[in-house]
Amino acid sequence: MSMNTVGRVTRLSGAPATELPGGITFTGNRALMLEEPLIFERGAVDRCGVDLPEVPAVASRLGTLGRTAPIDLPGLSEPEAVRHYTRLSRQNYAIDLGIFPLGSCTMKHNPRLNEKMARLPGFADIHPLQPQSSVQGALQLIDVLATWLMRLTGMPAVAMSPKAGAHGELCGMLAIRAALEARGDARKVVLVPESAHGTNPATAAFCGYAVENIPANARGRVDVDALKARLGPDVAAVMITNPNTCGLFEPDMVEICAAVHAAGGFVYCDGANFNAIVGRVRPGDLGIDAMHINLHKTFSTPHGGGGPGSGPVVLSEALAPFAPLPFVRKSKDGFELVEEELAGPNSQSFGRMVAFHGQMGMFTRALAYMMSHGADGLRQVAEDAVLNANYILASLKDIYTAPFAASGPCMHEALFSDDFLHDTGLTTLDLAKAMIDEGFHPMTMYFPLVVHGAMLVEPTETESKASLDQLIGAMRSVAERMLESPDDFRTSPHLAPRRRLDETAAARKPVLGYKPPLSDAA
Amino acid sequence: MSLYFTKEHEWLRVEGGVATVGITDYAQAQLGDVVFAEVPAAGTVLAKGKEAAVVESVKAASDVYSPVSGTVTEANAALEGDPALVNTAPETEGWFFKLTLSDPSELDGLMDEAGYKSFVATL
Repeated sequence: MSMNTVGRVTRLSGAPATELPGGITFTGNRALMLEEPLIFERGAVDRCGVDLPEVPAVASRLGTLGRTAPIDLPGLSEPEAVRHYTRLSRQNYAIDLGIFPLGSCTMKHNPRLNEKMARLPGFADIHPLQPQSSVQGALQLIDVLATWLMRLTGMPAVAMSPKAGAHGELCGMLAIRAALEARGDARKVVLVPESAHGTNPATAAFCGYAVENIPANARGRVDVDALKARLGPDVAAVMITNPNTCGLFEPDMVEICAAVHAAGGFVYCDGANFNAIVGRVRPGDLGIDAMHINLHKTFSTPHGGGGPGSGPVVLSEALAPFAPLPFVRKSKDGFELVEEELAGPNSQSFGRMVAFHGQMGMFTRALAYMMSHGADGLRQVAEDAVLNANYILASLKDIYTAPFAASGPCMHEALFSDDFLHDTGLTTLDLAKAMIDEGFHPMTMYFPLVVHGAMLVEPTETESKASLDQLIGAMRSVAERMLESPDDFRTSPHLAPRRRLDETAAARKPVLGYKPPLSDAA
Repeated sequence: MSLYFTKEHEWLRVEGGVATVGITDYAQAQLGDVVFAEVPAAGTVLAKGKEAAVVESVKAASDVYSPVSGTVTEANAALEGDPALVNTAPETEGWFFKLTLSDPSELDGLMDEAGYKSFVATL
């Protein structure tokens, strides 16, 4: 068995590859599937990848606070460092490798044209503190993007500075709170349906509101009667996700908004699933007061570890005066970034959420996406995303339990439960692990909470029919094999670089830093 | 001593005027491995049916509701260092909190052990 310098076994931690005539390989590699130790094991503290000049002797002003122990950073040569991260990247999964079916988070292709535009020096190489006269193009881009967002949502105002979805929720709820305070109304309760995003109640609580749940009905939608029964002078707002986390359109939005407004409250809409309705539904027509738009979802800017989020918030006439600072305004001399407003329509702003104005790189990418699609193209985005999700739902609902399939087509995501595995003792977790062996990133699991053992699949419009057929084929095959011989799947994945990880131990006893092996420390 | 259950899968053991509250064996099995439990501090006033504690497993975070109204007299400090007690001994050492009953008549709406068993069988 091969060991590295600190005694760690370098072969894959899975079962030996018994299909090999010679058993395991010396390196632990499996051809192009390369094993890689930690960077601390790769490097050595007494090595350095570059020649650094001697540090000149300077008098220490730290006194007894100066560090005496070595910092123990591993030294690697440039090729060692490059290979380390390249090898790790090959064990990762990305939208550039295959379908990323995470429901509840639109993970779509990031067009390379967006990247080209975002790297134009006039957008990429500017500094937030340089004179406004020298960044007129960037300010104009923000203004044009804002216009598109208002047009697509049918809303009269938009705050561009929030940095991502939950930040956008905070922005919308702060605007609602400011509007209520401005009329001397100290409402204390925010209603959140069960089918809403998990961040919604957190946002409301962060803004100081008491959160109350509104149950879902048997069709996976908001129970309108229960909602109406709870409305009253203490309800500040209702936060609704539409389409909701069950992948279903809330058909009663107009009625809900009218009832909330009649009771003196506001309606916040979580726009995380806007991809399903862009170009088809204008939230402003439904009567909502505030909605964030995840540019990193609907408008294809990189998501998750791939890039920062951006969550502009569209606002109704009633909330527009309370929008945060700063904002871009068109003036007779061009565009200005308004940092402070002491008088006029925006003087009631609830304040500033960020140091500077939003995510320029994401604005550029999102506008490139919009302009390359055009209005008709954006409408087709929603249509294809919904069509793809329904293709998956229709192709699998005979074997997978599909709790809401009877209530009609889904929107952008297909929702299944693990009820069909009930007699096997296997669960959604086991199925997700088996999908890793099939070479797919698993779908979202155990969310939404209203469905037992939920599996939420969102293909997006990115995927071709051939790609969808591959995913469907794998999901069908895995399900059939799980029903036939359940014991084969209790330890999945079997082919991944690491076998099933102990998530419980990781959560109960997290190790958040590198600890040298005991033999070194002794 | 009497044992009561709720449809939200809490159990309640009443001894004298003090009730001990935890989650049922069925609930812990559904949650999976519990990695964190947040219990209310002594002195907290709880209302029947409202959030009283939080239990987090590798799957999800869930609220634990107070089956009755009352004032917390003691929280199970052992859960902080060893949340696994909720899995290994949900109806004994894995209790969440104790409270004094402000309205003993609220007990009338709860299920007994047999009632809870037949309720779980329908799930």
